[in-house]
Amino acid sequence: MTCREVVELMTDYLDGALSAADRARFDQHIQGCDGCRAYLAQLRTARMLMGRVASEPVPEPLKAELMNAFRNWKSS
Amino acid sequence: MGVSLFSRLPPCAEGRPTYPGPRVVREPIDPDLDALKSGDEAAFEALIGRYHGPMMRLAMSYLRDRGAAEDAVQETWLTCLRTLDKFEGRSALKTWVFGILLNVARSRHRKESRILPFTSLFRREPGEGRGPTVDQRRFGSDGLWSTPPDTWSNVPESKLLDRETIDQVKAAIEALPPKQREVVILRDVAGFEADEVCGLLAISPANQRVRLHRGRASVRKALEEYLK
Repeated sequence: MTCREVVELMTDYLDGALSAADRARFDQHIQGCDGCRAYLAQLRTARMLMGRVASEPVPEPLKAELMNAFRNWKSS
Repeated sequence: MGVSLFSRLPPCAEGRPTYPGPRVVREPIDPDLDALKSGDEAAFEALIGRYHGPMMRLAMSYLRDRGAAEDAVQETWLTCLRTLDKFEGRSALKTWVFGILLNVARSRHRKESRILPFTSLFRREPGEGRGPTVDQRRFGSDGLWSTPPDTWSNVPESKLLDRETIDQVKAAIEALPPKQREVVILRDVAGFEADEVCGLLAISPANQRVRLHRGRASVRKALEEYLK
């Protein structure tokens, strides 16, 4: 496998979607390739940072309205 | 001859079966669902707080602004409450909520498109895209890196996690073609598993991975440019 091929298989690799044979070839390549290891680490970092864009408080008026709806639902 | 008494007994007779018995299928217990159904206000408040960020990101990928996205989130929760009694927990609560949000946001998007100027109606949605996700000039003719990526291990964590970097990531996600964006938001922002995303969007596992891969590659590229 070349680096050009390996970079395109990285999501399949992370999702465990490679065949056993491809996975073995992928692992073998990665072990000896600093560039591909760096690229994989970058993809993992990107994924980790995307997990952080989510935190956002519920605006108070919306929260008040939803809690009110919940109380109404509860008492109905 | 030589056959012991035990060999004629059923396998479990000794009380030590060598393989597990029939698997007991239990209904998965979802504490959030139980709490909601019992009217636990604190649990509801915690839930809307936990899902708000990912729900907003997903809604904003279909709708024009924050206000419209907030309306979609509100409608989603109201629909959830209206139909909660009928929800039997066959899917996870989170999957159910996001499935409703997808319906609400898509239907509001269709209504929005009808009132927008017609030029935007003809804006073509970029497809999933084909071809390589990495600039081919970075590889030599042998297919090996000629310009390998930098390692980010020397970027200070404070820089990596600061507001500005997160804003860059946010902008990179928003710039993705819609089909990549919805998969990236569900997988990497909202934290769904691959099979849940395939179910929510009614797409094949291979298609899910292609969209995710292209989306992640674009976000990585934006980060690489920013962190240079």
